[in-house]
Formats: sequence, structure tokens, C-alpha cells
Amino acid sequence: MNAVAQILPRYVPLLLLAMAWEVVTRTGLVPTAALPPLDTVAAAWLDLAVGGDLWSNGVASISRGAAGLGLAICLGSLIGVLMAWYKPVRIAVNPTVQFFYPMPKSALIPVMVLWLGFGDASKVATIFIGCLLPITLSAFNGALGTEQVLIWSARSLGASRWRVLWEVVFPSALPELLSGIRTALALSFVLLVASELIVARRGLGYMIGWLGDGGAYDAMFAVVLTVALLGFLADRLYLMLTRRILAWRE
Amino acid sequence: MSELDTPLLARSAPSSFRFDAALVSVGRRAGAIASLLALLVAWEAASRSGIVTPFLLPPLSAVLNRVAEDAMSGELALNLGQTLYRAIAGFAIAGAAGVVIGILMTRRPWVRWFFDPIVSVGFPMPKIAFLPIFMLWLGLYDVSKISMAVFNAIFPVIAATMAAAEGVDRHLLWSARSLGANERQLLREIILPAALPQILTGLQVALPISMIVMIVTEMLMGGQGLGGAMIAASRFADSPGVFAGIVEIAVAGLCLVKGIAVLRRHLLAWHQEAQEPTTV
Repeated sequence: MNAVAQILPRYVPLLLLAMAWEVVTRTGLVPTAALPPLDTVAAAWLDLAVGGDLWSNGVASISRGAAGLGLAICLGSLIGVLMAWYKPVRIAVNPTVQFFYPMPKSALIPVMVLWLGFGDASKVATIFIGCLLPITLSAFNGALGTEQVLIWSARSLGASRWRVLWEVVFPSALPELLSGIRTALALSFVLLVASELIVARRGLGYMIGWLGDGGAYDAMFAVVLTVALLGFLADRLYLMLTRRILAWRE
Repeated sequence: MSELDTPLLARSAPSSFRFDAALVSVGRRAGAIASLLALLVAWEAASRSGIVTPFLLPPLSAVLNRVAEDAMSGELALNLGQTLYRAIAGFAIAGAAGVVIGILMTRRPWVRWFFDPIVSVGFPMPKIAFLPIFMLWLGLYDVSKISMAVFNAIFPVIAATMAAAEGVDRHLLWSARSLGANERQLLREIILPAALPQILTGLQVALPISMIVMIVTEMLMGGQGLGGAMIAASRFADSPGVFAGIVEIAVAGLCLVKGIAVLRRHLLAWHQEAQEPTTV
């Protein structure tokens, strides 16, 4: 209760913006064809939610995003730590990672469509490859920053190399890795929505494009705001999770 | 005999090791080039050997041929120019406006009151979802594409500028004020230089975002540009065209990122970080 009372005043400007939206459309300052009034957007959202379209497409989008990001997290943190731990891996992989890291990841979309078609696989692959590089690089940088003294101490206390990797290197790489995953989380939403807008038959991005083409702008705004809200909530949840995971550092 | 030869050869190596560090860095660079070359050779070999069909992975030579053809016909220059013009224009507007808003947020309480929730909600949002709305409002041409890039790229700049301006050492501000500096001098002589490294970091985040967004907008809205050319090639199932697109876009992205890193080193030549080796 107290927390709500503290947080709410902070978001007053957003409420003001929402009210301004309603006022300019109701008074006819802005044509409703360009900006549907907020309450018709809310009504359209309810229609979509009750009709089930929002859920089925939302589940399709979220499962694609989760699959791509999940794979990228598993493989990226593994590659990144191995790059820091074994020199041969670093020599073989690092130049490729450094070269492809600055590539605008959205360029992957047509290639994945070419390889995997219009369905789920191409979206999952786009998100997976796009998110793999930032996660790999953050795991690599985090693991490189491990204090050598800690590794030596653990070794001298008789820990095996694998145990040192798991109990010393991985935890000290964790803060940097987690912040890399946050970047990847935002990127995964961008790639998901972009690839669904460009080619898809399901998903929230597809819904936005399809509603917009049909001229149902109130429904289109409703889905756009839903996607924006999902991205925001995912980031906030992730931050809470990060804080919990890193609680041992305090 | 050969057992005798080996130590002899080793002994004849230069005995002065002053260039040790230089040699190591040359070696590292050679290693990097070798590993990239291995990747390219593997690409060519995979598509030539028939493991994958040329449609799925056209040979590197065919793709490079295509890039060269595009360059000869002037199409590459046209598309590259369009994409870079829009991406850099969007980035520049986002950079200038973002720095101004970020600084104002730390100097004027009401600006902060208004923008703080907008930035904290807007930063993590997938703003690419607003693309159809921008198309509806601003049409399909440069204005909507550049606006979209600005909308996406401005948040990291604002956040970085704000954090940087907040973090300026209070003693510096107090000393400057006690020496009689007015607000404008304070801003130009103290706050901006002290905040510059972090602002540049924000800009280094914003530039790739602007490029990613530009490629997507071009893919969706069509018209010229590398993204548009790539999606057109994909519609015609022209796989060398798609791969030529990804090579062109990757190289353009790499050059932009390296360019801004060089700019950073120049702008911060006076800063202590310039004395440390940079990795970017």
C-alpha cells in the first residue's frame, strides 16, 4: 500500500499525457482517423482480449521470444566463459564475435526467412543469433575480470578445474553477464516485433500490421500499447530477478 | 642433422626483445585475420561441396561478385547512401536532443518531473512496435523513417547524459561557482567536459540502435536503402542478393561502430581513459 502511494505520484506526467490524448481527440484537434480516442482504444483492447485473438497471438509471440532468448542465454554464457577460460577457444571464436557484434541484427531477418521459412523457426533463429553475441561478449568480459588470486586460492585448496569454473569464474562473471542479458532482452523484443511485422502469420507484430492494413486503427493502437507494456514489464521483472540473484554480493 | 638445425635456427632469431609487445600485437592481429579467413573459406567450401544447396548458402565468391556488380551499377552507392543518410540524420537529431533533454533534466526540476517517468517507461519499451503508427502519421518517406530512428535512439542518450551530469564531482561545481562562474560557464566549462565520456558511451549505444531501426523501417516501408534492397531480394527468392545485403550491412555497421570509437578517442584525447588501451 505504502509502495503504491510512493510510486504513483511519479507517473503523474504519464496520466497527464493520456488525458491530453483523450482531450485532443475528443475536441477534434486531431482527427480520430489519425489518433483514435483513448477510450475507444481501451474498448478495442477489451474486444480483442475477450475474443481471444490477443491471447493466442500473444502466446505465439512470447513463446518465440522466450525460446530464442533462452537458447541464446544457455549457449552464449557457455561460449563466453569458455572463451575466457581456454585460449584456443578464444583465438578461434573471438574475431568472429568481434566482427559480427556491431552488425545491425535486423539484417538477419531475410536470411532466416530464406533458410527456415515463414513460421516460428525463422523468428526463433533470428532472436537466438541476434541475442547470442551480446550475451557471449558480456560473459567473456565478466569471466576475464575474475580475480586471478581467487582462482589460485581455489586451485591450491584442491578444487578441480571444473569446480573452479563453476564456483569461482561463473559467479564472478555473473553481474556482467546479467547486464548483457538485459540488453539482449530488449533486443529480443525488437527482433521479435520486427520479424513478425515483416513476415508472419501469427503473433502480436503480425496483428499490428494486419489491423493497420485493415484500417482498424483503434485495435492497432491497442496492440501496439500492449506490446510496449509487455516489453516494459519484462524489463522490470528482469531487474527484480537480477537484484534477487545478486543479493549475495551486498 | 635436423635435430642440430633446429636450435641453430632458434638461436639466430633476433636477440633484442624490445619489440616483444609489438610482435605480440601483430601476432594477435594475424590470428584474428586467420580465424576470420578460416570462416570465409569454410563458407565457400560448404556451398561448393554441395552440403548445402547454393540457394540456401550461395558461395562467397558469388556473393562478393554480386556486391561488386551492385557497386559497379551504382546501386550500392545509392542504397548505402540512403541508409547511412537516414540512420546518421536520426542519430544526430537523437544525440543533440537527447543531450539537451538530459542536461535540462538535471538542471530544471520540472523538466525532470515531466520526463523522468517517460524515460523510465520509454527506455525499455520495444519502440519498433510503433512503426505502423509512424507510417500512418508521417507517410512512407524519409520523415517517418528518420523520426522512427530518433524515437528509438534518443532514450539511451538521455539516460546516459542524465547519469553523467548527475555524477559530476560536486567539488568541481562548488569551486567553479566560488570563483564566480555563471550558469552558462558552469555548463560549458565544467559539466559538459566532465560528462563527455559517459555521454559518448550513450551515443555509442544509440548509433547501432539507429542503424538496426533504419534497416527494419526500410524492410517494411520499401523504397531505397540497404534494408529495402535486401527484402526485395528475399521476395524474389534471390539468395545471392540477400547475402550481398547482409555483407554490405555488416560492413557498414562495423565501419560506423569503428568510426564512433575513433571519434571518441579524438574527443577524449585529454582524458585519462585515452592513456589506457581501448578494446573497441
